[in-house]
Amino acid sequence: MNNVRKQKRADKSLPFFFKDEFKVSFVIIFISIILLISTFSFDIVPPILNRGIQPATFPKALLILIISLTLIIYYLSIKRPWKIGKKLPKTFFLTLLSFLIFVIISKTLDFFLAISVLSIFVSYNWGERRIFYLLLVSIIFPILVFIFFETILGLRFPPGIITNLYYY
Amino acid sequence: MLTPLFSSKLLIVLLFGTLFGLILGVLPGLGPTTGGALILPFTMTLDPLSAIVLLTSIYCAGTYGGAITAVLINTPGTPAAAATCLDGYPLAQKGEAGRALGMATVSSTVGGIFSVIILVFFAPLLAKLAYEFGQPEYFALAIFGLTMLSSIGEGSPIKNLIAGAFGILISTIGKDFMTSIDRFTYGINELSVGIGFIPVVVGLFAISEMLTQSTLLDQVFKRVALKAVKLPTKDDYKKTWKTILRSSGIGSFIGVLPAEGGTVASLIGYSEAKRFSKNPEEFGKGSIEGIAGAEAANNAATGGAMVPTLALGIPGSATTAVILTGLIIHGVRPGPDLFREQPDFLYGIFGAMLIANVLFFIFGFFGAKVFARITLVPNKILWPMIFAVSVCGTYSLSQSIIDVWIMLFFGVLGFFMRRFGFSVVPVIIGLILGELVEGTLRQSLVIFDGNWLMFLTRPIALTFFILSLIALAFPLLRSKKQKKKYD
Repeated sequence: MNNVRKQKRADKSLPFFFKDEFKVSFVIIFISIILLISTFSFDIVPPILNRGIQPATFPKALLILIISLTLIIYYLSIKRPWKIGKKLPKTFFLTLLSFLIFVIISKTLDFFLAISVLSIFVSYNWGERRIFYLLLVSIIFPILVFIFFETILGLRFPPGIITNLYYY
Repeated sequence: MLTPLFSSKLLIVLLFGTLFGLILGVLPGLGPTTGGALILPFTMTLDPLSAIVLLTSIYCAGTYGGAITAVLINTPGTPAAAATCLDGYPLAQKGEAGRALGMATVSSTVGGIFSVIILVFFAPLLAKLAYEFGQPEYFALAIFGLTMLSSIGEGSPIKNLIAGAFGILISTIGKDFMTSIDRFTYGINELSVGIGFIPVVVGLFAISEMLTQSTLLDQVFKRVALKAVKLPTKDDYKKTWKTILRSSGIGSFIGVLPAEGGTVASLIGYSEAKRFSKNPEEFGKGSIEGIAGAEAANNAATGGAMVPTLALGIPGSATTAVILTGLIIHGVRPGPDLFREQPDFLYGIFGAMLIANVLFFIFGFFGAKVFARITLVPNKILWPMIFAVSVCGTYSLSQSIIDVWIMLFFGVLGFFMRRFGFSVVPVIIGLILGELVEGTLRQSLVIFDGNWLMFLTRPIALTFFILSLIALAFPLLRSKKQKKKYD
């Protein structure tokens, strides 16, 4: 109970730009404004070919709507602050990191190697230490998935150091 | 109605779909929407009827499956089973898990079958009415569907509207379908065809859930022991038959409303059960009526949600948005013409939903104990496997690695959206309705010669606009009423 009170007091004392409500609203409005500006670079259809409205008009209207609604939620949050989520644990950031590793490996080395690496990385960081299960998620299961997609769905996966061994 | 299903292939598909749906429903974090999106690429090997039968059986069984976890581990397998936890788990703690699951199974089946009957009668009627619809009416209808997002239950109404508008915005990425002008492509060729539905759905549901699970690794589930599922007693039936029927009606009605789904239906079904109950004080402490009210309503929403999906091409819920995508991928255009040109196909779907409801009753009744064990599969093994299937499934649709990255992007975005109280369901509905909204608006303006006021001269369109205003005002009035109640 005391901790909750302390947390609430701490939140009240935070400057407005450190609060979640402000940060989230700011990010939404900032991105929306950038997108709104980019809509001005869309090609304009000559009047003779134009049907109804210009291609940029609809996205512009949507972005203005998003900005307006975000301002409303920010205004409302001053009266009623949002519930504060728990601090994110280390495993979350490691999982996020595994996505980045997946993108890098799938782009440079091999799609299936990337899946294997992510699987073993996530499984290990989430607490799995048994070798059999680590092998199951990182090697056996991806191979089964590969065979299934390749043979039943007739899918051709992108070339890579491991996939090429199968294809050539 | 069942004739198109008398083929061994379709029956196998139905059986597999029901089993798979139950497994998805039982596993917290997964559910019929994510499962449907994951299995969508696999349906490419099937004919259209088999593909949609598979998706609808997953939908029906997955919605019920959530109740098993809700009763036994106090965690809803699907969001629609959240209200079931309130009484299901307390009753299970009293040593009556079998009775709680028995009631959940019976009321889910009754609700599901009731809603299929509603579907059979109302979908053709709505489709007939849709013949009167022109572009302005469809625009007004789509706007109504989007405004309904404000009251979908999860998140605040305004946050839901922002998420819905964001979903529509995603649908504008790529070449403009009327003028072929690039929008938001920034010179990336792959983006000129737009952003696919599957990468977004799999990202927002499966990948964001994987990130959520990474924050819950210290969570320990306390599973209540289950000996066997028991059929409700005569006394239970006496207590609950009115509640089951009322909730079936409520669920079907809520399901028919565009964008509303089982979650809202079960919450309303539960609160109405409490309002009409002779023993409202028992609610939250293991009331059998509470379980019946919530479960009949969420399963009744399945058939209801299929009504606008098939008759108008407007999804009734997040899962029907996936089914709608399945229809489109397989070259089936939902709407009034479907009822005239392919009645066999439609009756096949209706029949499949009916059989799926009977099948999950059998599987649930005899196999709940086995399905409950699935929750014991550790997340550290389950989620890397789901990731592998998500990645390959997303890649397989257009064989594009960009789709996989889009999926990851939406996964991370979905996680933060949920963290800050934005529901991801409106994004999906917005994405699927986006083209309809913009297309019908622009075509209407061509018809009206750019005069916006002409929308108000069309009675059906005007009705939908008025309904939209009511839909927007409803959450506001509801919160004021609640505030008054608490004051």
